[in-house]
Parts: sequence; structure tokens; C-alpha cells
Amino acid sequence: MLSSFLHAAVIAGTPLVFAILGEILTERAGKLNLGVEGMMLMGAVVGFKTALLTSHPLWALFGAALAGAAGALIFSFLTVTLRSNQVVTGLALTIFGTGFASFLGQGLAGHIVPASVKDFFHPVALPVLSRIPFLGEALFHHSIFVYAGYIIIIAAYVYLFKTRFGLNLRALGENTAAADAAGINIMKYKFAHILSGGALIGLGGAFLSLVYVPTWQENITTGRGWIAVALVIFCKWNPIRIFWGAFLFGGLDIIGFRLQGLNIHISQYFFDMLPYIVTVIILIMTSVKDSKEKSPPAELGRPYFREDK
Amino acid sequence: MLQIIKNKEISSRKKAAIHLAAIFLALLTASVFILFMGHPPLKVYLSMARGAFGTSYRFTETLIKTIPLIITSLGISLAFRMKFWNIGAEGQIIMGAFGASWVALSYPHLPSFVLLPLMGLGGLAGGGIWALIPAFFRARFQTNETIFTLMLNYIALQWITYLQNGPWKDPGALGFPKIPNFSPQAVLPKLFGIHIGWLIAFILVVLSALFITKTKKGYEIQVIGESEKTARYAGINVSRTILVTLFISGALCGLAGMIEASAINKTLSVEITGGVGYTAIITAWLANLKELRIVLVSFLFAAMIQGSSYIQMAFQIPQSAAQILQGLILFFVLGSEFFIRYRIVYRSRESGGGET
Repeated sequence: MLSSFLHAAVIAGTPLVFAILGEILTERAGKLNLGVEGMMLMGAVVGFKTALLTSHPLWALFGAALAGAAGALIFSFLTVTLRSNQVVTGLALTIFGTGFASFLGQGLAGHIVPASVKDFFHPVALPVLSRIPFLGEALFHHSIFVYAGYIIIIAAYVYLFKTRFGLNLRALGENTAAADAAGINIMKYKFAHILSGGALIGLGGAFLSLVYVPTWQENITTGRGWIAVALVIFCKWNPIRIFWGAFLFGGLDIIGFRLQGLNIHISQYFFDMLPYIVTVIILIMTSVKDSKEKSPPAELGRPYFREDK
Repeated sequence: MLQIIKNKEISSRKKAAIHLAAIFLALLTASVFILFMGHPPLKVYLSMARGAFGTSYRFTETLIKTIPLIITSLGISLAFRMKFWNIGAEGQIIMGAFGASWVALSYPHLPSFVLLPLMGLGGLAGGGIWALIPAFFRARFQTNETIFTLMLNYIALQWITYLQNGPWKDPGALGFPKIPNFSPQAVLPKLFGIHIGWLIAFILVVLSALFITKTKKGYEIQVIGESEKTARYAGINVSRTILVTLFISGALCGLAGMIEASAINKTLSVEITGGVGYTAIITAWLANLKELRIVLVSFLFAAMIQGSSYIQMAFQIPQSAAQILQGLILFFVLGSEFFIRYRIVYRSRESGGGET
């Protein structure tokens, strides 16, 4: 029972894995991108539409990543090159992405992903690992998409903390002027990480439309993009902590549905509020702690113009 | 070599010209998409205009859509002036509508001149309190208000969904989940053919402008917007100003919710906002948070929304096209700000090299 709950929580948390990771990369580059919800929706709709058109899972993933990166390209061109206000630009991206998804999704409601795509993402039990008592079934009997999430978390951790590129990125996030003086190509780093972050966020959206739901519905993300932005703080800009953040929220996402089966008479609508309420509580708790312990990249949200120095 | 130089002051006429050019470019970009969809762009834009202004009925509809946009934009811009990113207008509208509906459904038999003001108070309180929650935590712990206010949107929406499907469900609606209609006394009267909300909006525009420019609180808000540090140094009670301002900001949004519930829907429903809470963020920003410009921009956006519901019928272009267009306009205007704040000059290497 608990194992099957954990199993479902991992699935529900996977879109968040990609979205949080994408936003961590973006924020490490010093930009607060509030367009996550919009980019997820763009990824979700393009991934779904590509799956319908090509019946090919890899094209669908490619399309979703491209859509997310395109959203991030708009964001980074405006905020990095043209130095626009990050908060408003992010909001604009969310509004644009929401419109884009509902525009492209017109008439797709009720369509189901093609069988070839469905089969590709069918759960696979990993040999040996899935036999671990209790945890094996919960963690290692999943779609390949979920495993990709595990791998990419670890890869991002290694990249950020064990490679020269990661070191440069962290340096840039802490003190852009010093990194610039040390010869790091600021522009290239910012664009590269915001764009790859956007691609990951787009993939997070695609997981929803291709694997989790897997049909098209209006506003398929229901605020997960915003929750991801909040969870970046919870994860302290460290990919490894996504394992906690994302899967905890996956659990909250499904707990109402599960408890209904147990004949607990609390309205389902209150359970549907849970992820948002807990997000708020986490925000408050981290901000109370933050007064003492500083964790965001120091340059987060601060524009950097060499000429201003 | 190309160099970017900060502009000193720039004339407001030149500013307006740059913004207009940005909007024109946004429309041009959108027309490329329209062309791809196989429609003639000019014809689509023209019929959009016809859909918004073509008949007196449509023009009235445009005006009716302008009212909540103006009031909500006023509320949002108060918070934005402090650089408090209140994107929770959607939830504040909902909770304002909830407060007003609670009054309307509890005391349906009161005469209009008592009931309507009470509903107004319910709206102000509902929206104001909803905005006070994040304001309190921001003032006290620096809690990120952007995400906080946004989460409250979803919570408010779930709350109405619960009411609509549960305790407030109309028993007379044959199982359909809807909240009962208000009594006739709870519906705002009309003045010159449009519900009286337009007059309220007009008064609020004047009041907001006076509040910002003529009162001490208004001045303090502007100082905080410039720099919280300076404000503290000048002896302004920053926490209290944040709380007061956010209460007013949310209360205005809540009043917009009351007006929509009373005059348009004549009940409460999950679709009460029609996305106004998000659109108003754009209109407030594009209007540069200035009251008179908010009126103009809100009117144009209402026309765009009204017009796009018309082209949906005429060209089968989905109504979400309006949202994309809004996003595009905002992108271009945001980008154009660069050319207001900076200019690019060409300098030959010899003369530029000596200075750096």
C-alpha cells in the first residue's frame, strides 16, 4: 500500500523534477525566470502535437524541448541582451505560453497519445534494482522518462559541483563582475544555461501530456510551473535535493485521490488545495530561516551590465 | 565598434513613439502568424476592430469589459509602485466576489440601497484580506510575494470550486453545480445603459491619482519603490506601509470582483474573473502604472479581447489568439524599453580606445 503510494508519488513528481532542474540552471546563471508555467505548457502542447503528427516518441520529446528552449530564448534575449525587467518578462512569458498552448491545443482535447508513443514510455522494471524490498517496486518500475529524471538530477549535480563549467557558472551566479574579469564568457554562459534550462522545463511539460495524463486538456500544468519556482528555494539551488522536493510534492498531488479510497470524508477540493498550501508554508519557512542563512546565488535577479561598472 | 550608452532624460513624446513602434512591430509579428494560418492579416485586424466597435451593442460590451480591467489595474499598480509584485489579483478578485456573494446570498431581501453597499464592503474586505496574508509575511520575513500571491490564486479558485459543488450548490439547478442567482436587489443598477461600475471605476481613477500624488502615504509608497533602504533611513515605517498598501491594492481587485458578480454574472462562479487578474498585470505595466494611461490601455485591451471573440466566429481563429497577442505586445514593449534607456553609438576604435 505505502509502496504503491510512493510509486505514484514518483510519477506525479517527475514533471517537477525537470521543471525545478531547469529553473535551478536558470537561477544559477543569475536570472529569475517566472515563465516556467508558460514554458511547461509550451512543451506540453508541442510534445503532444508532435506525438500525434509523427507517432514517434523521440520527435515528441525533441519538439517539447525545443518549445521550452524557444520560450527561454525569448526570455534571455529580452533580459540578458535588452536588459528588460526580469519579473515582468517572466510573467509575459507565462501569459504568452498559456495562450500559445491553448491556441495550439484547440481541438486536441480528448485525443490520446498514439500507441507507439505510449509503448515507448511503458513502465519497465529494472533488473536487480526493482527487487529491492519495498523501495524497488516504488522507485525502479517506471517509464524510461522517470529514469531519465533520476539520471539528469545526478548529472546536473556532478556538472554543477565537479566540473570546471559548473564552477564557472556558480562563480558567475555569485559575482558576475569578478567572473567577467576572470575571463568567463558571461553572455555565452547565461544563454547556454537559460536555454538548456528552458528545454528541461519543456520536457517537464511533455511528461504531463505524454505520460502522466496522457491526453490533452486545457491548462494541463495547473500551476506546477509556479510550484517548481517555489521548490527551487526549497532545494537550495542544489539538484540533489530535487529528490526530496519533487517527490514530496508528487505525494501531495495524489494524496487526496488515494485517501478517497479509504473512505475518509474530507472534500476532495481541500486535498486539491494541499500542494499550493504546502508551497506557501515552505516559502514562509525558508524565508524565516533565510534571515540567517543566505543560500540563493548572490547575483539572482540583479542585472549585470559591464558598462555600468 | 558598437557601444551601448545610457540615455539621460528622454522626452515623453519620444518615449511614446518608441512604445507605439513596439506595439506596431508586435502586430506585424502577429500578422505573420495569421498569414501562416491562411488568413489575410489586415482583414482580421479590421474585423477585430469591427467586433469591438462596430455596433453599439459591441461597443457597450467593450466598455463593460474595460471596467474590471481598470479597477484591477489600479489595484495592481499600487503594489507595483512599491516593487511588490502582486500577481494575486486573480485570487483577490475571486475572494472579493466571494465576500460580496456571501452578503448577497445571506441577506437577499434587504433593499438595494443597503444591500449593494454591504456587498461592496464584502468585496473590499474579501480582496483586501486575501492580499494582506502575503503582505504580512513579506513585511515580516521578506517572504517571496510573487509565488505567494500566485499560490493564493489557486487556493481561492479551489475554494469557489468547493462552494459551487458543495455547500452553496443551487438545489434548484437539477444537480448542475452552480451557485444560486442573486436577488434583483443585489444587482447593480444601470446608468446611461451601462451598469454603474463605470462610474465607480471613474471615481477610483481620480481617487488613486490623488492618493499617489497628494497624500503622505502615496509619497511613502513611491519612496519605498525607489529603495526600501532609503525609505527606512527616512524614517518611513516600511512594514506598515506595505500592509496598508496591499490591503488597498487587494481591496480594489476585490471590488472589481464584486462588480463582476453583481452586475455581470448575477451569481458567483469559478469563471468569475475571465482572466482579468492576469490581463491587468499587463495593462498596469504598459500604462507605466499611471492612472490615466491605465484607462486608455484597459480600453484598448478590452477592445482586443472583445474583438478576438468576434474573429473567432468570423475566421475560426481561437480566442486564445488574444492572449498570444497580449504576450507579444508585452514582449515588444519590454524590449523597446532598452531603446529608451540606452542608445547604441558607433565609435571608431582610435577615439574610443583612449578612454578605456
